[in-house]
Amino acid sequence: MTSQAPEAPSSTSPTPVEAVAVRFAGDSGDGMQLAGGQFTSTTAVLGNDFSTFPDYPAEIRAPRGTTFGVSGFQVHFAARPIHTPGDAVDVLVAMNPAAFKTNIDEVRPGGMIIADEDEFSGVGLKKAGYAPDDKPLADEVLSSRYRIVTVPMTRIVREALAETGQSAKEIDRCRNMFALGLLCWMYDRPLTPTIDWLDSYFGKKKKRPEIASMNVTALKAGWAFGETTEAIPERYQVAAAELPPGLYRKINGNEATVLGLAVASAKADTQISYCGYPITPASDLLHGLSALKQFGIQTFQAEDEIAAVAAAIGVSYAGGIGVTGTSGPGLALKGEALGLAVMLELPLVVVDVQRAGPATGMPTKTEQADLLQAMYGRSGEAPCVVLAAASPSDCFDTAIEAVRLAVRAMCPVIVLTDAGIANGAEPWQVPDVASIPEIKIEHPVAQADSDDTFEPYLRDPETLARRWAIPGTPGLEHRLGGLEKDGTTGAVTYDGPNHQTMIAARAEKVARVVDVIPPMEVGGDAGADTLVVGWGGTRGAIISATERLQQEGIATAMVHLRHINPMPPNLGEVLARYTNIIVPEINSGQLAMLLRANYLVDAKTVSVIQGRGFHVEELVNGIRKVIEEAGR
Amino acid sequence: MTSTDLPLPTYKPKDFASDQDVRWCPGCGDYAVLAAVRKTLPKLGRHKEDFVFVSGIGCAARFPYYMETYGLHSIHGRAPAFATGIKLANPDLDVWIVSGDGDLLSIGGNHTIHVMRRNVGVRIILLNNRIYGLTKGQYSPTSERGKVTKSTPMGSIDEPVNPLALALAAECTFVARCIDVDAKMLVPTMERAAGHEGCAFIEVYQDCNIFNHQAWFYASQKDTRPNNTVDLVNGEPLIFGENRDKGVMIVNGRPRAVTLGSGGVTEKDLLVHDETDRTLAFTLANMRSPELPEPLGVLYCNPDRPAYEQESREQIRQAEEARPDTKLAALVAGPDTWTVG
Repeated sequence: MTSQAPEAPSSTSPTPVEAVAVRFAGDSGDGMQLAGGQFTSTTAVLGNDFSTFPDYPAEIRAPRGTTFGVSGFQVHFAARPIHTPGDAVDVLVAMNPAAFKTNIDEVRPGGMIIADEDEFSGVGLKKAGYAPDDKPLADEVLSSRYRIVTVPMTRIVREALAETGQSAKEIDRCRNMFALGLLCWMYDRPLTPTIDWLDSYFGKKKKRPEIASMNVTALKAGWAFGETTEAIPERYQVAAAELPPGLYRKINGNEATVLGLAVASAKADTQISYCGYPITPASDLLHGLSALKQFGIQTFQAEDEIAAVAAAIGVSYAGGIGVTGTSGPGLALKGEALGLAVMLELPLVVVDVQRAGPATGMPTKTEQADLLQAMYGRSGEAPCVVLAAASPSDCFDTAIEAVRLAVRAMCPVIVLTDAGIANGAEPWQVPDVASIPEIKIEHPVAQADSDDTFEPYLRDPETLARRWAIPGTPGLEHRLGGLEKDGTTGAVTYDGPNHQTMIAARAEKVARVVDVIPPMEVGGDAGADTLVVGWGGTRGAIISATERLQQEGIATAMVHLRHINPMPPNLGEVLARYTNIIVPEINSGQLAMLLRANYLVDAKTVSVIQGRGFHVEELVNGIRKVIEEAGR
Repeated sequence: MTSTDLPLPTYKPKDFASDQDVRWCPGCGDYAVLAAVRKTLPKLGRHKEDFVFVSGIGCAARFPYYMETYGLHSIHGRAPAFATGIKLANPDLDVWIVSGDGDLLSIGGNHTIHVMRRNVGVRIILLNNRIYGLTKGQYSPTSERGKVTKSTPMGSIDEPVNPLALALAAECTFVARCIDVDAKMLVPTMERAAGHEGCAFIEVYQDCNIFNHQAWFYASQKDTRPNNTVDLVNGEPLIFGENRDKGVMIVNGRPRAVTLGSGGVTEKDLLVHDETDRTLAFTLANMRSPELPEPLGVLYCNPDRPAYEQESREQIRQAEEARPDTKLAALVAGPDTWTVG
């Protein structure tokens, strides 16, 4: 097999464009995630900034051709810094009628749709809910709004691979590479990275070189189709973005969390045991960490969510770093054990990759509605440190910080990420691991010749953390448990004043984490009257929205919270400087409620809760509306 | 991670008594078990600091507070999961779970099953009193059908669970049964459990003298025990009765109580205990009084299956050995990078 890609010279010279959003959409079995992922990797190599949005159904293999089985992958790439996967799509690749039907509203007016015309007949139309004589690709209204390009993808791929002797099913599975090849031609991207990947994945790893070869043929056929036909009259070029110089990689949030935990384990010189139960969209944490045994990482797939957190607490009791990960429903199940961890005062990290709820909700779709659950979802008063990652790559730093704070304060730290940043990818400047500070852990040992009994609840005067004595240490035998303990001896007591003292101590201990939280820096136009306050995975959309508002002449400042509990030290002072405080959230106003309660400010909510990240435009409109209403 | 290299002190049972006042009701069977455990630990050749007692919720679950060892009084039903985490982090610790029938078989039934099937190297002492004591007398998952309690005024309609059969079905590798007041059997059985590599389970018939007094008296008293129970001895025939004139024999594939000498039955006809035979263990677990004597002692022991925490460690060791040069910086950078500027 030749790996020489038919890249240049090309008949048409590409037109430069600033930013493009492409969406690959097809059946769950059509390989759209793969095509989109490869397109992204190629884009990364060219130095564009990018942001991705994999949008897939919970059904693993929904009936073929149905609208609920459509899987999409959106990639936004640009010659300038960008922060979101893009509001509207410039080019939609629709592999079948169902994908066309469910995704057409995502295309901007004037945008292009490249459809596999061979699928738009008979059964395909029927499964997508069209009438037998419907001709959606020739629809007059749609054709006036979009540029619909019909390509006989299935036929060309079958012809190109006719001589392989492979089954029609195997051949048709190469259609995604044809589409990818065509898009690579259209946006002037090299095929080599994809060819290398196909050779390495199918050829070497899966030992199916014939499959690699078929896919390469289909990929090149796609390129050649663009090159030789005039179906797509123009090619485009997106130049490299001006990113800070350095070494970059592509990363999504779950990958970043995994790496952050691995680095934290090394920096703490302590084994991390990740105890999890499979749940979308957090399962990739379990998968990722279970592949890192060579770094001393231990993983445990528990029998349920409760066992997972309980085992993690057991790990921490015995001197390891117990970590568990889940999504909203799992966090609910872990609530009682989290209360115990608060009572035991042991370090614990809980990652909640939020998804649309309540109950099973929309498991593959994103949401930010677990904020108050993370804050308060336990019996009694059981404060935990709560952090929220702001972007895919920020999950790395947040995971390390979570471990650092958990051992500092001897309490659970809940890390909120979400399906959007967990699965979405962006370029990430690879950090210098050596420069990441160590995480200091101390376990007490008994003083020689001392008959003093160990007092497990004696606190460090600065942090208020109790000491982390671990089983196996002579002379420090003690009992921990969920019953209230005497503030020094650790003996069980139902003494009222002691209980109040302990409640206050547990709260104050978490509050004092503020000592190591940096003050907030105000972004945007700091002198504006309006402050937009965000938290978690919506940072990119909020930055884009405030930038656009500035361009429209509406002055806005912004802050973004990574620290939810405790909040940054200067937040109250920052909030007090602004007349309008606007909080965009993918929930009905949970952070706004906390800000109102903590700082007595009239925070207004902009909420869009539709299982996806904010579109910049709706955020701009929402914020503008609040400002206008306030001005009346 | 333990102090095995230090000289081993000579312990006495009282060295394992914590400074906490024991708060069980006077006459509770738990006292006898606590005494037996304190008597057992000095025999095990382990340092005091290497023991961890883990419990859930219930009267029995107060157990760790009374032991001068490390201890974790956790939440209802989850003790096996906490204990699993402790063993994962430090396989060298000697971890004991002590809890009741409500805790381990009702709310924690799931975890009990999974700690057993994984063969986590913990010793589980199930204090089975067939009642909820701490919540003041509701029926438990081991209460007999028809049991009249505060929550079942017309009698329980629940079929009780058989803890031994459950343990065997859950692939537990050491399954035994004892009686609370019988330290003579309990201490050596716990010693054997402590020496077992994998998961060891001991059901203890324990009397709750407040809410379910005498529930086990048909099996636990001097005058009732000989005729209603049989002490299992590996390799020996099942003989019981106050005159040791009764035995258990397999007739048409089923166990049957017989009298030696009657109808020509001799010792040679009796069922011989083989604690490595899991099928036999199921048969024994299902023997119930009054039709058959209830088995006491070790029903089943498979010492060959490795403990879960050891296998977990071993996978990490293998991975570290296979890829000794792994660099954290290379992991973070990943295989595909590009350079800007």
